[in-house]
Order: sequence, then C-alpha cells, then structure tokens
Amino acid sequence: MSPPLPLFSPGEDPGPNFSALLARLGPAAPAGGFPTAGPISGLRSPEANWQAGGAAPRQLVDGLPHGTTVLAVRYAGGVVMAGDRRATEGSTIAYRTMDKVHPAGRKAAVAIAGTAGPAMELVRLFQTQIEHYEKVEGVALTLEGTANQLASMIRENFSMALQGLVVVPLFAGYDDRRMDGRIFTYDVVGGHYEEDAVAATGSGSRDARTTMRLGFREGMSREEALDLVARALYEAADQDSATGGPDQVRGIYPTVAVVDQAGFSYVEEGEVAQHFDAVIAARRAGRGDRS
Amino acid sequence: MSMPFYVAPEQMMKDRAEYAQKGISRGRALIGLAYDGGIAIVAENPSRSLHKVSEIYDRIAFAGVGKYNEFDQLRVAGVRHADTKGFAYSRADVDARSLANLYAQYLGQVFTHEMKPLEVEILVVELGVDAESDQLYHIAYEGTITDEESYAVIGGEAGEIRDRMESLWKAGMSLAEALRSARSALAGPDRELVPDELEVAVLARDDDRRAFRRIRGQELDSLLSGDSRRQPKATRQGGKASPAPATRARD
Repeated sequence: MSPPLPLFSPGEDPGPNFSALLARLGPAAPAGGFPTAGPISGLRSPEANWQAGGAAPRQLVDGLPHGTTVLAVRYAGGVVMAGDRRATEGSTIAYRTMDKVHPAGRKAAVAIAGTAGPAMELVRLFQTQIEHYEKVEGVALTLEGTANQLASMIRENFSMALQGLVVVPLFAGYDDRRMDGRIFTYDVVGGHYEEDAVAATGSGSRDARTTMRLGFREGMSREEALDLVARALYEAADQDSATGGPDQVRGIYPTVAVVDQAGFSYVEEGEVAQHFDAVIAARRAGRGDRS
Repeated sequence: MSMPFYVAPEQMMKDRAEYAQKGISRGRALIGLAYDGGIAIVAENPSRSLHKVSEIYDRIAFAGVGKYNEFDQLRVAGVRHADTKGFAYSRADVDARSLANLYAQYLGQVFTHEMKPLEVEILVVELGVDAESDQLYHIAYEGTITDEESYAVIGGEAGEIRDRMESLWKAGMSLAEALRSARSALAGPDRELVPDELEVAVLARDDDRRAFRRIRGQELDSLLSGDSRRQPKATRQGGKASPAPATRARD
C-alpha cells in the first residue's frame, strides 16, 4: 500500500522546501522513518544532545570514514572544483575512490570534507532540495539562494557537529546574473562567506590554499586553472597524510569538475591524469630541489 | 423540521459528472504523443508562465487541463510524492504508474465524497528506455484511469481533436512532424494556432538524467514552420543566419 498523495491545506503547506516536506510527512513518508525534527537522520536538538552527554566517543568518530581535501578556483568564465579520492578512518585508508565533488543543480557544484556518512547524506538532501524547489516553483533558485540554502542545512546539522560529526562543504557555481564563477565557504555553524578567487577545506586545505593563492592569476584560462588545481592537490597530498595524491599504480586520479555558462561537467579522467602527470614530470625535472 | 430531499445516487453522480465535464470542456485541450526521440506534449495555452505541462521527475511529466489551481495542486503533490520516494529509496524506484494510481484514487475519492468534484483531467507520462516502454496515463475527473497508446488527448472538444489526431497519426514521426500534426489536430480546420498560443515540452530520450525540456521561442518557431533543417544555414535575407538554439529550459 503506497502512502497517500501528499496534499496539504494552505496553512500546512511546506512550499518548495523539501526538508520541511519530510518533516510534515513524518511517518507517512515512503520509507516510514523520516526524522521529524530535522532533515538528517539521527538528528537531535542541541539541548537534547547536551543532555545525552555531548560529544560522541572519540574512538567512534575516528572509526568513521572521513573525507579530506576539496578545493575550488575561479577562472575566466567559471570555476573549477576538485577533491582527492581518499577517505580515512583514523590513520587507516578507508576508501581510495570516494567522489567528493557533486553537481548541485544545473550550474553549481558542492564538494564535501568531513565525516563521510552525514556529508553524503547532506549532499543528497541538498541536491534533492535544489531540484525540488525548481520543480515546485517553476524557476530555479539563484546561485546566492542556493548558497544560503546550504548554509541553513549545515546549521540544522549543528547538533551532530557538536558530537564530532563535522561536515564542511564548499560550494561554487556560475552566476548567470554576474556572468562569472563564484565560490562560497562554510563553517560548522552554518556561517558562509564568499571567497574572492580560491578556497579549500579539509585536512590538506592549508597547503592547497597556499599553492592556489600563489599561483592564482585574474582571468586564467580553463587549462591554467586545471593546472593550478592539480598542483594544489599534489602539494596537499604531499604534506597531509589524509589526502590522497594521484595514484598512478591503480590509475586513480582526483575528481575534477568545471562549472561554466554551459553548466556542470566532470573533467574526463584522462584529461585530469594529463595535468597530474605534468606536475609529476615537472617535479622530477627539478629533483635538485628537495623541499 | 426540514427534511433533506432524497436524491437518487444515479442522479447525484450524473449531476457531478456534468458539472465537472462542463468545467473541463470550457478549457483548451492538449495532446501528448510519441515521436521518434521521446514523447512530446503540446498544449493550447496562451500564458507563458501558468504552465499546463510540467516536470515531475527525471523521466516523468505531468499535464493538466481544466481549473488551473486544481491541477496545479495535483502537480505539486506529484512532485512531492516523486521526490520523497526517490530520496527514500532510489531514483529508479519512482514510476509513473504508482503516481497515476494515486491521482486516480484521489480524484475518485473527491468525486464521490466531496461536494464539488475536481474540474480537471490529467495526463501522467513516463519515458521508457525505448518507445515500447513509454507510458501515457490519462486520468479523468472521476478517477478513471486509462493507459493510452501512442497519443492521448484531454480537455475541451477532446473527441473531435482525438478524431483529427487519429487521422494524422503516424508511427515514428520526427519531433517537427509530431508537433505540426498535434498543432493541426488542436486547431481544427477553421483556425490556425501560432507558436505563441502553444506550450510545448518534451521528454527526450537522450543521455540527460532529466529528460524534461521545454521547447519555445525560436526553437519552437522553426520546428513548427517546417524549415528546421534549412534554418541553421544562412538562407534568410541579408545572409543573417538564425540558428535554432537548443535552449535548455531552466524551469
């Protein structure tokens, strides 16, 4: 027996908000057990969380897969967003092929660092929310609106962040009004900030950000941006043990996506490999420098 | 003490059906039909913003005729049903048949139990992996559900339009042919419909996850005027080429 058609009286109508819809439907939702307090399963209010004893045991959090370095850089006509493929459980590598960069609507991308479980759940909810809004309202959310939407979702995840299940995304997209790429960063409490040119989050973000900042030039081409991204991820993996570098043995390369006027697209693995191979070749050529 | 008048159930149903039919027949019709690359929906609708045809999910579209607020409420409920189901299970678990059944149940429920029946007729369309697995469900105001083949007509003067469509129908039409035959079926012999009076959308069988796409503006003009193949070349006066851009609808 399928659930009844989700119709609401005008006072109860959740509008184009998918999280609110799930909360309204409660147990009547298809899978039966949707949370009623918030969008992400297992979510409790901050008060309830404090009463329940605050942070989750450290072994538990350490034992969960964590995603590491993701970054974004603006170029002439769009943004490039990339992430390494590694997920770690404490000091062990949990996955080598995790994808951390995902499309968010037609002209935006979201990348995640932090506890993999809630992060992937957040991405799925975020993607559904953007599309849901577009279909219900008949027009797509603006880039700014989408960025704000993500902030409110992170805010709702705050009680889990207190337990150590931290999710920190990176959001970037092409703004049709400004005709340019834009990048937004977030903190665990849902604060969001627009970055001028480059951004990175996750354990290897410091090295990645520094590399990008040094190499950034206003009005770079797509190719130059891809080169810079490869260099930044290489540096991050070089210094941060939780960040995976290009794995030439297995043929695993970081995920790279481009968002421009035409929309979101993944960069082909072959093309990504070329850029990383170039970085490695340059390193080999300059072997004298052992920094 | 007043006594309610006895009304025979047959009479009551007849009155309600007449009422709903009257409301629906005042509105303009629409046609959903298969073409060689998917399913097209062509609606007579002079409004550019109050849509009769909309996207429900990746491969499912909705079209309604009759009272706008009533079918729009059903459309939104459909989007909600599909999105929650896809979120809870997986995107592949969302199908038109179960949605069509829900609509049918709801319409039937309202028709028999409420004061006023809904003055709507709707079409739920799902694009299959090939033409054979395409699905067109026609749901009437009282909840009758029909599984249509190849094409479906709903709205005012649906009977006449269906007859005209039957004579124009051919299997394996191109998009341009399908749109033109749907336009002449909607218009009838006595009038012409210009592109501005039509709302057109397709579920296109290409690689995109979201198959729904609106066709409008220049693209619609060139498809309907029949020179879609010549137009990209510079055949217009002054050598000014007007390419028919495959503009991806953003709503």
